[in-house]
Amino acid sequence: MSNATTINMDADPKLAIKAECRNFNFHYGDFQALKGINMPVYDKKITSLIGPSGCGKSTLLRSFNRMHDLYPGNRYGGEIVMHPDNTNLLAKEVDPIEVRMRISMVFQKPNPFPKSVFENVAYSLRVRGINNKSELEDRVQHSLKGAALWDEVKNRLNDLGANLSGGQQQRLCIARALASDPEIILFDEPTSALDPIATASIEELVVELCEKVTILIVTHNMQQAARISDFTAYMYLGELIEYGVTDQVFIKPKNKQTEDYITGRFG
Amino acid sequence: MSASTIVTLPLNQSLDLQVSDRLRKKASRHMKERVIEFLLFGAALISVFTTLAIVYVLVSESWVFFQHVPLKDFLFDTQWTPLFDDAHYGIMVLLSGTLTSSAVALMVALPLGTIIAVYLSEFAPFKVREISKPFLELLGGVPTIVYGYFALVFLTPLLQKIYPDLPGFNLLSAGLVMGVMIIPYVASLSEDAMRAVPMSLREGSYAMGATRLQTSLRVVVPAATSGIASAYILGISRAVGETMILAVAAGMQPNLTFNPADSGATITSYIVQVALGDLPHGSIGYQTIFAAGLTLMLMTLMFNLLGYWLRKRFREVY
Repeated sequence: MSNATTINMDADPKLAIKAECRNFNFHYGDFQALKGINMPVYDKKITSLIGPSGCGKSTLLRSFNRMHDLYPGNRYGGEIVMHPDNTNLLAKEVDPIEVRMRISMVFQKPNPFPKSVFENVAYSLRVRGINNKSELEDRVQHSLKGAALWDEVKNRLNDLGANLSGGQQQRLCIARALASDPEIILFDEPTSALDPIATASIEELVVELCEKVTILIVTHNMQQAARISDFTAYMYLGELIEYGVTDQVFIKPKNKQTEDYITGRFG
Repeated sequence: MSASTIVTLPLNQSLDLQVSDRLRKKASRHMKERVIEFLLFGAALISVFTTLAIVYVLVSESWVFFQHVPLKDFLFDTQWTPLFDDAHYGIMVLLSGTLTSSAVALMVALPLGTIIAVYLSEFAPFKVREISKPFLELLGGVPTIVYGYFALVFLTPLLQKIYPDLPGFNLLSAGLVMGVMIIPYVASLSEDAMRAVPMSLREGSYAMGATRLQTSLRVVVPAATSGIASAYILGISRAVGETMILAVAAGMQPNLTFNPADSGATITSYIVQVALGDLPHGSIGYQTIFAAGLTLMLMTLMFNLLGYWLRKRFREVY
């Protein structure tokens, strides 16, 4: 199956690989949602996963931080290897909590905790046992700046997170994800619940973030994938159809299926 | 002009007919809606009317009582001896029994109920939850008189082995058993509140590297605060209003004490005692139960208002 993936890159990009799926399979009960996925994720680059609903892109994304372990009946096989330490994230002896400490996540709908703005960001530090006040203050401020939210919320750090606007809430969730200094951040359609202006600010932020952290993003919005990502993976019915440099995938897709989807002739 | 009038007239007439026809149908439907609305309103009115009637009886009968007993004595006298020649009417005595037994009960029910709720909602595998929840709710279905006897003939002798000085009737064992009775209410309602917390919040917490316990205690419980608070308030109201367990196991000695190892009468058990006794209707002794009932009702009302306020104050918008 894996051989079916069309690679759309003129040459090896000579970049460090941060993580890599190797023959990754996933089942929801009896239903096979992902079939033999082989895909690199390059260090400090943005990789986007696109494809129609139900193609398995979110399933693949959530496999990276083992969110699937939360629900019974999910099975997976193959490997997702993280570099440079060459750890198979899916190995039985690897603690999913440790994985989630290195790979953070931002969700589709902003989901701030019922806590203050400050405590929302401090949460990912507190669960790591960091309770020193000045260290928390430093890192919360740093993360909020990193999420381009500091100027808007510096005077309302004690407000409930839920009182912010939708776009601010999503940036709060990004700040929360940044606070623990992750190596990879997973974005699961982070702008689908936001208006165009908030979307633009999140996109800008994601592009800035990739200087420091590797980003994997699922999006329904093909323009978004084209605008912000360095690499694009097109998935369909649980298979990785085409993978390559974003510009090439969008301008000169090599696979007919990818072309149909991108040009809107799909189905 | 005239030609067109001749042509349009019959058309207009038929239009009028159609319109009035439609209007008639609408009116009958409207009538039906009104009838249904009235019936629903009537049903709602029954509960309002009952409440008002109870308040009226309590207040008017208490009024008679307070003609004879000054409010100051009622509130501050430290003896409750309405049946003696030297009658004293200090509600504090009964109130202390109610508060002491309720405190014991709540010390059992609130922590245990919350822990059970956290376990069932966040930790228990599906099967365990499906099996244990009916059992838990069964605990709430046991008649309180059975709990009363359980306290009297099982728990009190057991406690007496540890504390030989414990009287046969005491607030402690009644309160403990009452706590067990209240656990299912607290646990079940709290669990519902926690399960209503959206999965996205839990996922957010797990994705930050939180453990299950951290997620439960730092995200789910705070998010369910308003529901858990309502569960607590219901538990408190049950404890304050509970009658049978206390009447059977706590003794009916009015006793101004906050020591659970004493025997004592509560407001409710006193009302049972008098209502079933052979005091003549209309005597001041009989009238006391209305004043006591009014006190109880004001307490419960206070807790309900507190619960309402808590729900509003901590309501989470997910």
